[in-house]
Amino acid sequence: MSQSVISIENLSKTYAGGFQALKSINLEIRRGEIFALLGPNGAGKTTLISIVCGIVNPSTGRVLADGHDIVTDYRAARSKIGLVPQELTTDAFETVWATTNFSRGLFGKPANPAHVEKVLRSLSLWEKKDNKIITLSGGMKRRVLIAKALAHEPQILFLDEPTAGVDVELRRDMWALVRELRASGVTVILTTHYIEEAEEMADRVGVINKGEIILVEEKAELMRKLGKKQLTLLLQSPLTAVPAGLEGFALELADAGNALVYTYDTRGERTGITRLLAGLADAGIRFRDLQTTQSSLEEIFVSLVSDRR
Amino acid sequence: MNIYAIRAIYLFEMARTWRTLMQSIVSPVISTSLYFVVFGSAIGSRITEIDGVSYGAFIVPGLIMLSLLTQSIANASFGIYFPRFVGTIFELLSAPVSYVEIVVSYVGAAATKSIILGLIILATAALFVPLHIQHPFWMLTFLILTAVTFSLFGFIIGIWADSFERLQIIPLLVITPLTFLGGSFYSIDMLPPLWQKISLLNPVLYLVSGFRWSFFGKGDVSVEISIAAIFACLGICLAIIAWIFKTGYRLKT
Repeated sequence: MSQSVISIENLSKTYAGGFQALKSINLEIRRGEIFALLGPNGAGKTTLISIVCGIVNPSTGRVLADGHDIVTDYRAARSKIGLVPQELTTDAFETVWATTNFSRGLFGKPANPAHVEKVLRSLSLWEKKDNKIITLSGGMKRRVLIAKALAHEPQILFLDEPTAGVDVELRRDMWALVRELRASGVTVILTTHYIEEAEEMADRVGVINKGEIILVEEKAELMRKLGKKQLTLLLQSPLTAVPAGLEGFALELADAGNALVYTYDTRGERTGITRLLAGLADAGIRFRDLQTTQSSLEEIFVSLVSDRR
Repeated sequence: MNIYAIRAIYLFEMARTWRTLMQSIVSPVISTSLYFVVFGSAIGSRITEIDGVSYGAFIVPGLIMLSLLTQSIANASFGIYFPRFVGTIFELLSAPVSYVEIVVSYVGAAATKSIILGLIILATAALFVPLHIQHPFWMLTFLILTAVTFSLFGFIIGIWADSFERLQIIPLLVITPLTFLGGSFYSIDMLPPLWQKISLLNPVLYLVSGFRWSFFGKGDVSVEISIAAIFACLGICLAIIAWIFKTGYRLKT
């Protein structure tokens, strides 16, 4: 059994109107992990998922799902995959029970009321099983979509923006469910534009922007980068070099010597700010203002994208 | 073959039929009864016989065809258009089902429904006029082939349509006129020679004629031509559907 459960090679997508939604994507998803695909709106997250699930045709490239080519061996590939779409699209007049069983059949599995019951119970939908979907709240409808996606016991689950417009309670439930699924061996790929969600859930994070994967990293590593903060001290008189005695700090001169920039990690036990300020006072350096900045996801995008140009 | 998927889609579509029993079954039966009252009784009392068949009985095959055609198209086009409209089509496209399986299940359900309807209308008609079916096997064959062919055609319309207006336009502007002008209510022998020739360009004429032949042993054209015509229609629909799925037309971008 290979380590990658999904393997994407040189995948690109150009829509009929000429818009290039994906530009030569290469990505490996590891078996059993929770992978968060992070990116701003319009970055290509949904297009990427849609291609893997068979809803959109790729322009070039190849995707393997559990070793099966999604185009030439689509039956085997798709039967392994469950998809929870972003939009709340359901058959309004069907009951929860009927629609979940329908999904199981559609994905080629014989009826198994016990499994469907288990799925519905795990999503707190059992009490509502005979209700028509149209009578359910938005949060409940989302649960129904998850139940449908899990009805055929997929090994790979795609959650497209699972918590967009979802209340705090359901979000917590959803996170708990995703962890349970991972514990049972299911690989989960979720898209989000909330960094907190990736932080809460993911083992690894991929950042996508303008149709390109610009970063794939272990979550811990990414969070370390995101956790960096900068303290900028605006000096009363310019310096030509970092003062002696302060070399131990990650200091840089900026603005033609008029500013000192100190980069530190907010997650460290000690940020070193007190020592730095004491050191500056000892060196007789006076400053007229100070400010701190934290690199946001947005800035990371910008810097990653500009680095590539 | 994903038998479970075919079964799931077929039962889903049939469940929709039972849920909408009024529109699906009752209203066509009522409108057919109205045709009997208007055409059969009011007008029929003046026409009496065509080719040795009482006018009331003469119009029965045409009336069944009229419902069969419009209902097959309506069922199948709505069945595939609605998931596209509300977005639930994503599930079908992401499922391990082949195009053949999709067509078999959707078209099978639509055709089943219109065949049931055709038989109900036949039974309703039998209450109004005495009926004797000369070729029951061929009657059923025509019924099934027509239902399947026009369900395929409806499926094509359901994929082509990008609004509810477009969904209605072909049945309304093309099929209904062709059915009325295709000899449902008259024999083309009753028309002036020029109109007889023009009528021969109407594919529905061959269906009605063949179907009427299975009842009374007589039609406007020979039964062989009717059978050839229905297979030609079937072939054209299958070819278009094959092209739709090959290109992903209106389904996949």
